[in-house]
Amino acid sequence: MNEPIAPKPDPSPTPKPSADAPKPAAPAATAEPALKRPAPEISVPGRRQFLSWFTIAWLTFVAATAGALSFVLRFMFPNVLFEPKSTFKVGYPDDYEVGVVDLRWKGKYGVWVVRTVEGIYALLAVCTHLGCTPNWLESEQKFKCPCHGSGFYKSGINFEGPAPRPLERLKIGLADDGQIVIDKSKSFHQEKGELSNSEAFLKL
Amino acid sequence: MAELIKHFFNQISSPVMMFTLGTGLLFLFLSFPGQLTAPKVAGPLGILVVAFFIFGLTDEHFKMIITTPDNVPIVMMLFIMLYFTWYAMRKATVNDMRMAEGKGPLEKEESEQKVLVFPYLIFIEFVVALFYSIMLVVWSLALKAPLEDPANPSISPNPSKAPWYFLGLQELLVYFDPWIAGVLLPTLIIIGLCAIPYLDRSPKGSGYYSYQQRRVWISGFLFCFWMLWIVLIVLGTFLRGPNWNFFGPFEVWNVHKVVPLLNVNLSEFVFIKWLGWGLPSQWYLRELPGILLVLAYLLIPPAMAAKTFCKKAFQEMGAVRYAVAAFLLLMVIAVPIKMYLRWAFNLKYLVAIPEFFFNI
Ligand code: FES
Repeated sequence: MNEPIAPKPDPSPTPKPSADAPKPAAPAATAEPALKRPAPEISVPGRRQFLSWFTIAWLTFVAATAGALSFVLRFMFPNVLFEPKSTFKVGYPDDYEVGVVDLRWKGKYGVWVVRTVEGIYALLAVCTHLGCTPNWLESEQKFKCPCHGSGFYKSGINFEGPAPRPLERLKIGLADDGQIVIDKSKSFHQEKGELSNSEAFLKL
Repeated sequence: MAELIKHFFNQISSPVMMFTLGTGLLFLFLSFPGQLTAPKVAGPLGILVVAFFIFGLTDEHFKMIITTPDNVPIVMMLFIMLYFTWYAMRKATVNDMRMAEGKGPLEKEESEQKVLVFPYLIFIEFVVALFYSIMLVVWSLALKAPLEDPANPSISPNPSKAPWYFLGLQELLVYFDPWIAGVLLPTLIIIGLCAIPYLDRSPKGSGYYSYQQRRVWISGFLFCFWMLWIVLIVLGTFLRGPNWNFFGPFEVWNVHKVVPLLNVNLSEFVFIKWLGWGLPSQWYLRELPGILLVLAYLLIPPAMAAKTFCKKAFQEMGAVRYAVAAFLLLMVIAVPIKMYLRWAFNLKYLVAIPEFFFNI
């Protein structure tokens, strides 16, 4: 086992408790006691005074920090937000082939448009697991996520991998000019039974 | 011949096989530490591992994977981990033998001799610092950091991989919901590691290596670290390919590989397959079997163990510490259990309440 290190020389003798602190001043103070007495109180702040300075310093520090942080907070609300419009047109129903998952709008808007015999629906191209963008695999007829391997049927229903719920469907309708309009700000969840909503599916 | 070997390794590195074999090997190692760490045995085993990698380099695909700049540190980590596991276990078994003979641990003898810090220690440190600086310079020159295309939210790279030290957690994400794999389990890992000194207060083995005196704790730790961290990182790095499908080490990453999987929840097993009733519509009825199972798993084993083979531990630790330790241990075991269930039965959730996002 380690031997204890040789004892250190005593640290400089500690000053005695300061019960009689003003004493050194006393002999010199014989001539003008009234003048000398207050001197130590001014030059060396007492505990109370010191603490109050201390408090003020800390309060200033905290206030300054909070002020600086509030600017950071300000950055969370930018003056201009470059967000693509949530509503957009994706052409006429006849542009879509029955049974085909249309990939044209995935890059620009992040949606898949699927045409079935009865109609058209739009799927949001965001994996319901952690938000990666799945790929449509034509040969296997499924959406497959590259991040943890979730798989979805063409209908959006999750059937493999960790995704806990189906892909979301987006509000879809027809514009006055006959084009399809998709609204990304409104989505429908299959697991909540929202697919029966007439806006989730464009009947043709 | 080479093909046969490759095929063999592709087979045994499927997740089930790898996890089972790895656990088996670890168990073997922990059962015969004295024999297996002896240089006569460990040396050839080490050479075998190196030989495997050299053999692998003859395969185009294997070579590409282990020499990708991102993956080089993981290969290094594998060797470093093997080395240090061996090193610590060797020291521990040597001490155990000494203590069995009635001598003190080696560290006691060593600490009775004294050496000056300067120049002996400083000199070694200086050489190591030099060595590392050179290594870092060479590394940064030789291995290029991979630069990819500008980020595009509508395209996720396939496969998308986390930084290597997170690949173990990413692998867990395949089996658990994000809030479990990403929040609960990491928190439990940190809390568990912090809790060890409070749970295990025995002063034995402090300041010296010993295996016999701390069998349970060392085995538990090695299992967690090796099987639930290192092996998962290796699996995620080397064996997960496009679409997060599983590929053997000598299997070319084919984007169109089809793996038929179809997840089934426990409720579907119970109500549709076994009882044939169809799923009840209320979630609390539907998930009742799962909830009961999870509760039983968390409550019954510790209670039974406290009465039987853990009686002594229970008395020594007291109820609170025992409960905490049991809970942490059960959580650790639950991870591989869930993984096996997924591999074997495609079981997705034991309890699945998507109504308010509670899935286990
Ligand atoms: S983000 Fe798609 S599977 Fe995890």
